[in-house]
Formats: sequence, structure tokens, C-alpha cells
Amino acid sequence: MDFMVFQYPMISVQACLDGILLGILFALIAYGMALQWGVMNIINIAQGDLVILGGYIAYFMYLYGIHPAWGVIVAPVIMYFVGIVIYKLVINKVVDRDLFISILATFGISILFMQLMNFAFGADVVLANSDYGTTMLFNNNVVLPNSKIFSAFISILFAICLVIYMKKSKLGRAIRATAQNARAAKILGVDTEKVYAATFGINAALCGVAGALISITFTIHPYMGLPYTIRSFMIVIVAGLGNLPGVAMSGMGLGVFEEFADYILGTEFRIGSVFLLLVLILVYRRFKLSKKREYLK
Amino acid sequence: MKLNKIILSFVSALVILFSTSVVSFAKVVGDKIILGAAISLTGKYSSNGVHTQNGYNMAVDRINSMGGVKVGGKTYKFDIIYYDDESNPKRAAQLAERLISQDGVEFMLGPYSSGLTKAIAPVTEKYGVPMVEANGASRSLFTKGYKYLFAVLAPANLYLDVAIDLAVEKNNGKGVTVAMAFEQDAFSQDVRLGVLDAIKRTGSKKVIDDKLPKELNDMAATLVKVKQMKPDVLVVSGHTKGALTAIRQISEMKVDVPMLAMTHCDAAKLSKQHGKNSQYALCASQWHKTLTYKDDFFKDGMTYDADFTKEFGYAPPYQAAESSAALLVFKDAFERANSFDQKKVRDALAATNMQTFYGNIKFAEGGQNVDKPMVLFQVMCDDAGKCENKVVAPTKWASAKLIHPIPSWSER
Repeated sequence: MDFMVFQYPMISVQACLDGILLGILFALIAYGMALQWGVMNIINIAQGDLVILGGYIAYFMYLYGIHPAWGVIVAPVIMYFVGIVIYKLVINKVVDRDLFISILATFGISILFMQLMNFAFGADVVLANSDYGTTMLFNNNVVLPNSKIFSAFISILFAICLVIYMKKSKLGRAIRATAQNARAAKILGVDTEKVYAATFGINAALCGVAGALISITFTIHPYMGLPYTIRSFMIVIVAGLGNLPGVAMSGMGLGVFEEFADYILGTEFRIGSVFLLLVLILVYRRFKLSKKREYLK
Repeated sequence: MKLNKIILSFVSALVILFSTSVVSFAKVVGDKIILGAAISLTGKYSSNGVHTQNGYNMAVDRINSMGGVKVGGKTYKFDIIYYDDESNPKRAAQLAERLISQDGVEFMLGPYSSGLTKAIAPVTEKYGVPMVEANGASRSLFTKGYKYLFAVLAPANLYLDVAIDLAVEKNNGKGVTVAMAFEQDAFSQDVRLGVLDAIKRTGSKKVIDDKLPKELNDMAATLVKVKQMKPDVLVVSGHTKGALTAIRQISEMKVDVPMLAMTHCDAAKLSKQHGKNSQYALCASQWHKTLTYKDDFFKDGMTYDADFTKEFGYAPPYQAAESSAALLVFKDAFERANSFDQKKVRDALAATNMQTFYGNIKFAEGGQNVDKPMVLFQVMCDDAGKCENKVVAPTKWASAKLIHPIPSWSER
């Protein structure tokens, strides 16, 4: 245990800001997961691998001399089509089956993607340099890499665009209708097959954006996808499906929680503390649920 | 009943025939000494696995073309059976079994990484198969009392203790404050133990001791602490991702620290990925091309570097150099044993005392090489942004003077 974080107030500020910026990025990935989970009832284990693939797109642009920030535009376009292809090949065969089948199928896709990326791009850890510099706050006591600020800003921008798209566009409304009741939507003339494909594509595109941002902010590696899947799973569990403000809040909360756990318990307990939190929240929810049931009796 | 008996005897005849034919295929066929190796050609270690394989192949070609191995008045050539262990310890152990009991291999070369070597060593030990390995540095490999394991490289605990000594030397012999960030894997934790020993020995003090997770790609928290505590030395070990993450975040967060020492900078191609931001980082390395060791096959480090680059199209990382050295050790041991008896070869290996282009090789009781110190190089860049690794310690091989303390970010 180390309480340095409370002895130096500036470290708390740093931890909060780091956590919030990180959390916004997680929330973007989680939003994609919540969307397709809600619409198609599929938990996508390959979520993190789609993120990493998006990261490689930005990385290769960087290798060829294009600024990796353009990756946030190119990666989602490419990833949208990757998503559609995955849907047509695998997901459409498991979309109406039970959750276990879809978890197995996406788990398979995840392994396949890891190996393919390893085969195609090599096992080296890589990153794309943005050279965005650093912002110093509070008399240089708090430092924020501009790449992290950029990531958070782009994530928010994409989230806002998506919300507007969901509300205003025809496809957006169709997606929401399908999420509410697929059968009713079908009866009323919504082409649910098309909606499913588009949803999976949009999710992959969001992963592409997040991946490009991660290659600018952190590092990427073919086998690094799973932690992102787990984190987004966590966020969705806490926030619930179809609840965008919830996803954003839960993402940021998780980011801050992780940072503080890192300072107080030590870096080695960072991921462990996230799991502990997950268990606590699930227990709490069950507890609340059981109370409700009694009331209904 | 009768039919059953016939089938049974037929099958057993087949089994006997098959097993004898396998045995006759063993170790030495005609003029070939067949070595076995499970290497990570796919999976997360595949880059370094390929370096290892290239190192082995380069040495095999060189030794064969320069007269081969002379045993009992006859000349033999090396050949290697490779299997891909998929960077998976379980698979590596299975493949070692297969190499020994099915392919009849009687001498083994090591895989890549401490973890996989740990998985294979019990198997080679069980069958009494001598294994010369070049890529497993974890201290725990050498404390298990293995009799058939020999490592040409220096053990992991020696990687960064040189850096602490260097910092103390620069501090006029007085102890320094040390911040440590180590990944939680066998290798990095061994490096950490070595640093702790050095801290104790020199009367230094550790101020931060962070353990980084395996999926490490963010060490901002550690670096904030470093900013606050202002230690004299920051040591980081977390394979390639640790080195890359550290340099990225140190430069982004403008963390000023007088000395920064790391492992795996070679594999991370630090200066290629980070350019001038990686300047002044100290890196522990098993080998560097400018070292002045010599042998008859590769001449010296510079020649090895040139020959390897010509053959494979990239400069050899130390993982390749040490793998080549493993073959030189085997050749030397076969010739001194003058036999293919596993026990005799094992004893000859234990008595090895030679110099290769990679360094001196002499094995301690536990099988680790005790005659080759680690080197530290520092990333140095010119004004045009071209960076080079220059050896700064130990002083005997230093090709440049250590720049200490590292200039602060505001002055760069």
C-alpha cells in the first residue's frame, strides 16, 4: 500500500486526468460492444483484436510517411468493410443462436485474427509517433501528453456523431428498432439482416478509430487485444446496454479507478482491481435485484 | 483367435522395425551430426525465434564449409532438425520429447526465451541429452541442479547491475537512489533481483519498486512517481514493449532522470522507432559488434555483423550472435570428447573454456556462462538525428564516453 497519491495533491489531479482521458478511449470501444450486444445479442470476444487491427492501419500509414492521425479517418472506413465481411462469413450464422455459440465463434475469430496479424505484421511491438508534444499544467506539476488529449477529443467527436446518426438517420432508427424488438421490426418492414450487418460494421469501424488512437498513444502488438475486450466488457456490464451516457461515465470511472488502484495498490494490481470491481458490482446488482423481487411478491 | 495372433505379431513386428529404424536415424547419420531444436517460428516470440534460427543456420554453414567437426579421425557435418513450438511452453516440451524419443536426436540446441527453455530443460535432463542454449537467461534455470544444460549467455541477474555500479561510480562511490519498474515475468524479475543485489552491495536505496503487468502499455503512474521522487537512476525491464513504452512516455511526460537503464533496446530498435527521443538511454546487451573477442570461424564481431547482414539482409541482434556461438561450443566439445557418447560430450561441455567472437565461454556448476560480462551501450544521436548504439561500459570495451547526467528535457 502506498498513499503517496494523497500526500501530493498534484498526483491525484494527474491520476484523475490520466484516468478520464484513458476512460474516454475505453468508452468508445465499449460503446461499439454495447451497440452490437444490444442489437444482435452477441458478445464479441474479438473486439480487442479489431482494435489492434485498426492500430496497424494507422501504423502502416505512419510507416509510409502519412501522419498517423489520418488513421482515425482511414481505419474506420477499412474496418467497416472488414466488419461486414466477418458478418457475412461467420456472424450471420450465429446471430440467432444462444450466447454461448456466439462467444465461441467470436473467440475463434479472435484467435484467427491474432495469428493472421502475427503472420502478416510480425510479432514486434510497434507504435506510431504523432509528435504532438506535451501540455504542462499547474506549474509543470501535471503533464498531459497531447496525444492522449487528442485521443479523448476524437473519441468524444465520434461518439457524438454516432448518437446523432442513431437518432436522425433511417438506418439509425432501424438499428434502434431492431434492438428493441427484432421480430416486430421485421414485421414492420425493417430488413434486419441489413441492420445486423451495418451494426457489426459500425462496431468494427469504432474499433478502427480506437485502434488508430491507441497506436498514437500507446503501443500495439498482435497479442494485445484481449485486455481491451475485457475492459469494454466491464464497462458495458456496469453501464448496461443502450445507455450511452452510462457507458461514457462508466468508462471514465473505470479509467480513474484503474489509475488510483495503480498508485495505491501498485501497478501489479491494476487489472486485478478491475476484476474485483466487476465482481463487487455484479454482487451489488444481484442484491438490489433480489430486493426488487421481494417487493413484487 | 489365430487371426488375432497373426495381427498382433504383425503389428509388433512393425513396431520393432519402426523403432529400430528410428534409432538408426539417430544423432549421427553417415557424416552428419544431427542436432534438434524447437524454435518459435510463429506466435509472440517469432521475431526473436527467427533471429535464433538464423544464428544457428549461419554457424552450421560456416562450420561445415570450414572443415566440419573432427571426431575419431573422421570429419562430420552439422545438421539441425527444427520444429516450430508456436511460442508455447507446453508445445516446446512435447517437441523436445518428440525430437529425442521419435527422431532419436541426442544433442539439442535451446529454444528462444527463458520460459521455453524452462519447459524443455526437464525433458533433456530426463533423457540425459546435452543441450547448449543461447536464449534462456533466467537465473532459475541455473539453480535447479541441471547437469545437461549449458547456456552461452550471462544470466539475467547480471543484466542491469552494471548500470547501478556505473551510477555509483559517477556519484563518487556513494550510494544512489534507484527507481525500478519491472514486468512480472521470470526474466524481468531475475533482472530485478540482480539490481536489488547491486543496490545492497553499493549501499544504494530503492525509492520506487513497481511491478508492471504482462499486458503493459502504459507506465504513466510509475513515471509520475519518478517525477516526484527524483531518483538518480531509473531502471526498466519489460521486454520490447517495456522499452518502447518507457521511451515514449518519458519523452511525452518530460521526465528528467540522470540515468535511464533498460533491457531489450536492441530488439525494440529504439532509435529507429523513437529517433532522438531515445537518446542517452543505457541498454544492457549480451553482445555488441565492436567487442574485440575473436575466433577462427567468424573472426570478430565486426566481421560477423557484416557477414550476417550480407546473408540475411539485416544487422544481427545479440540473439543471433549468441545462437551462433552455441554451435561453436558444440563443435569444440565434440572434438575434445572425441566421441558421440552423451556423457563424454556432457563432461567436455562442462570443461569448456574458449573464446568465440561472441565472448569467452566457461560454464559454472549450474550451466551458466561466468566468463562473459554484460555490456552497456548508450544511444547517441548526432545533430542530423542519426542515432547509434555505442558501448560505454565496461571501460575495457568502451567506444564512447558515458554521457552523464542526461541533459534535462528543457535543455534538449
